[in-house]
Amino acid sequence: MRAGTAPASAEPLAARDPAWSGRLAWLLVSLLLLWPLLEFTEFRPWQLFDSRSLRVTAHFLAGFFPPDAQADFLKTVARETWRTVAIATAGAALALVLAAPMALVATAALSVSSLAGRMAAGPLALRQAARALMVAMRTVPELVWALVFVRVVGLGPTAGVLAIALTYGGMLGKVFAEILESCDPHPTRTLLANGSGRLQAFFYGLLPQAAPELTSYAIYRWECAIRSSVVLGFVGAGGLGQQMDSSLKMLAGNEVATMLLVFIGLVALADAISERLRRWLR
Amino acid sequence: MSRAPGVPARVAPPSQLLAARVRAAWLLLAACALIVASFWSLDLQWRALFSQDSAHAMARFVAEFFPPDASPPFVRKVARATLETAAMSALGTLLAMLFGLLLALPAARTHARALWRVPTRLLLNALRAVPELVWASLMLIAAGLGPMAGTLALALHTTGVLGRLFAEAIENAPPGPACALRAQGARPAQVLLYATLPQVAPQLLSYSLYRWENNIRAASILGVVGAGGLGQLLAFHLGLFQMARTATVLLAMLVLVLAVDGASYWARRAMTS
Repeated sequence: MRAGTAPASAEPLAARDPAWSGRLAWLLVSLLLLWPLLEFTEFRPWQLFDSRSLRVTAHFLAGFFPPDAQADFLKTVARETWRTVAIATAGAALALVLAAPMALVATAALSVSSLAGRMAAGPLALRQAARALMVAMRTVPELVWALVFVRVVGLGPTAGVLAIALTYGGMLGKVFAEILESCDPHPTRTLLANGSGRLQAFFYGLLPQAAPELTSYAIYRWECAIRSSVVLGFVGAGGLGQQMDSSLKMLAGNEVATMLLVFIGLVALADAISERLRRWLR
Repeated sequence: MSRAPGVPARVAPPSQLLAARVRAAWLLLAACALIVASFWSLDLQWRALFSQDSAHAMARFVAEFFPPDASPPFVRKVARATLETAAMSALGTLLAMLFGLLLALPAARTHARALWRVPTRLLLNALRAVPELVWASLMLIAAGLGPMAGTLALALHTTGVLGRLFAEAIENAPPGPACALRAQGARPAQVLLYATLPQVAPQLLSYSLYRWENNIRAASILGVVGAGGLGQLLAFHLGLFQMARTATVLLAMLVLVLAVDGASYWARRAMTS
């Protein structure tokens, strides 16, 4: 029995479920909202089941079994898988190189002028500028960066590496700055007040507290980079994605099946490694 | 130097500190090896990127973006694509909530036997492991070009994510009310409707809202493979080198992402304070 359905007994509906009118109103409103959604997305699921579409899909899916396991295709897949990992790693490394200085500039924990109360206008403007730059870097999705770089440097892994470096640089920089600001400020402030430089204050005040968290976030982002480097391949940035895209266009179901399996395995492996490492750090 | 009374002789025993440093050194070494191998094996075209030619090409490329095309018919087209993107993300998330809940019940320990749990978990993991964009290009074959493929792709990936989160939420619900109903002889469906679901509903809703936020961002790029929304316009005009129009689409994309970020930040602030 469900609240709101007609009661079998003689007692009025309101007595059984005091909220029934509200529930009914919400149901009607949500149905009204759903209709334009279906309209806008051209959502016509019956199209999936008309005979022509079914024939193509069935043919494609039938090709999945057995997955392609010829030696030279497997060799290609292995090479492209390594390229995917390499693009992700190189991109994440460059992102780290971009993020570290920006996080140091952006974090308020290393401000000398704020020791005496409010941060001075110049440093405040500089910090806000660094933050705005990081927002701009990470707001543009990596796929769009990749599309743009493919136009500039041509097809190939360079576009993928640059796209990951820019987007992930923005994300890492923001989170690094937040991690540094969430540390206990006392050691840093003491060091700065006694005349140490900002870098010294960072290395001896902030880094010892924040190192595990910073490393673990960087590893987590590396894992995410592997996932997005596959996706970037679809716009021509090399690796497993590009190979999958061309197999899809040729409707070669058996090749797609192999690559999907390899990809799921790769993601699971990266997930396991990253979780293992992060637990190890704690 | 004499030590003040009460201050411990050392912060950590040296063996522990040494172990931590050895660990850090191994990690650093492995990371460096991986990074060097990556850069070495990829034929990156730094020379092409930093050459005079490419600087000129880049400058020309950026200059072509300005001014963005602001003619009313095109702006109307972009606005429609933006709405389409929002609708794709909303419908995809709704479908995923539905199917996520349906799959979470057999995946959760509370309501199912192990016979069902293992295959459902495998299915959820597989749905989750394949990114939205890959699902979208698979869906294109069955659903054809257009926003329905994108909606289905979002729904498939999000079902995997939400199904797992829902299953965990259901497993972690306090067992008291369910036990009480069972002791009174309620059937499993009644226990689910009147004990478990009301307890976890707020958590399920907040997970879904969080995924919706993610999906708006994902939906705006899915179209790059032809699955509707802003991405499709972007790929189309970029492919034809119509840079002014591309710039308008890019701006719409950025506004959408920033608006979602702002709304979610504001909503979080409003809910926590």
